[in-house]
Amino acid sequence: MAQPALTGTGEALPRPEGLQGIVADWSSDQRAFKNVPWGKAMMWIFLLSDTFIFSSFLISYMTVRISTTVPWPNPSEVFALTIGGKSIPLILIAIMTFILISSSGTMVLAVNFGYRKERVKTFVFLLLTAALGATFVGMQAFEWTKLIVDEGVRPWGNPMGAAQFGSSFFMITGFHGTHVSIGVIFLIIVAIKVLRGDLDRMRPGFMTGRKGSYEIVETMGLYWHFVDLVWVFIFAVFYLW
Amino acid sequence: MAHAEGQHHPAAGQQHSAAGGQHHDQGQQHPLGIYFKIWGLLFVLSTASYLVDYFHFQGYLRWTLILVFMLLKAGLIVAVFMHMLWERLAIVYAILVPPLLLLVLLGIGAIEGDHTFFTRGVFFGTGSPTPVQGTGSAAAPAPHR
Repeated sequence: MAQPALTGTGEALPRPEGLQGIVADWSSDQRAFKNVPWGKAMMWIFLLSDTFIFSSFLISYMTVRISTTVPWPNPSEVFALTIGGKSIPLILIAIMTFILISSSGTMVLAVNFGYRKERVKTFVFLLLTAALGATFVGMQAFEWTKLIVDEGVRPWGNPMGAAQFGSSFFMITGFHGTHVSIGVIFLIIVAIKVLRGDLDRMRPGFMTGRKGSYEIVETMGLYWHFVDLVWVFIFAVFYLW
Repeated sequence: MAHAEGQHHPAAGQQHSAAGGQHHDQGQQHPLGIYFKIWGLLFVLSTASYLVDYFHFQGYLRWTLILVFMLLKAGLIVAVFMHMLWERLAIVYAILVPPLLLLVLLGIGAIEGDHTFFTRGVFFGTGSPTPVQGTGSAAAPAPHR
């Protein structure tokens, strides 16, 4: 395993390797997460709780899908698009997947340029990430419209098979889409702070007395990658299964 | 804030723990190359999982491939994009171990689902199960298995 990177929380004390190191960190009378900024640790803990929420959705989806005696609608056909007179299975979802992965890529570049203090580049990549996220939400809105209006899918039933398909679909993708939308809003906020030079001037942020720093870009990035991560699981178990 | 002791070199990557004063804003800084590689790899894996559907693989082959690609993608995102590879073990374990509990919920869900399916067969089914739960939309044709 690589050596942990240091982040701006003062000196990190040398520590024993492996399990002994974990015990030493957790049993110290200071802070358990020694080289992790406060905001980042809290973001991770939030993401951990979010993991449990999304997992509950996905596991209940699994339960209803196992228990239904009616055939499950074939996602491959439900989400097919006709392009140029030819029906391509699942193509919309595939494109959405690539868009979200690309937004993760631009996000990671923004984090990197942030730590290099390249203000304008950080801003550009944050904005690009937000744009890709907005595109994703737009395509999702298109998908929902198509399903509700054209195919008659409702949370309580649909013409294609098991009634639980609709409720699982709207619940899971709706919750994920909400996360993406909130992420887009926060990306824009962080982008504006970067462009204004708030972080260079260490100006405290909204609702906090802590000095602004480029760490918030990384914390924002964690949230954004998590949204991408959840999509990986939704794509696999809902759309492909 | 302490000054940087000439460590502002991205290629150096990992600083020594005992190196003294750290500049405030130079934490997870790694060469850009690794991000581009992972980005590309994620594209390849996504394409691969899409092709599983495109070529109509079925049964255990399909499920295995989907799960393998899913876990690989998730691992790459968490390890590199979310920088878990470079974090201290104390936080890595604090975040990555608790979700293992979900395996219990997964198991319970599977047992519960099987049980419900079985009882639905017993109570509603005469031979082949018929659609019973959910009213469906008005135009719903009765699906058969």
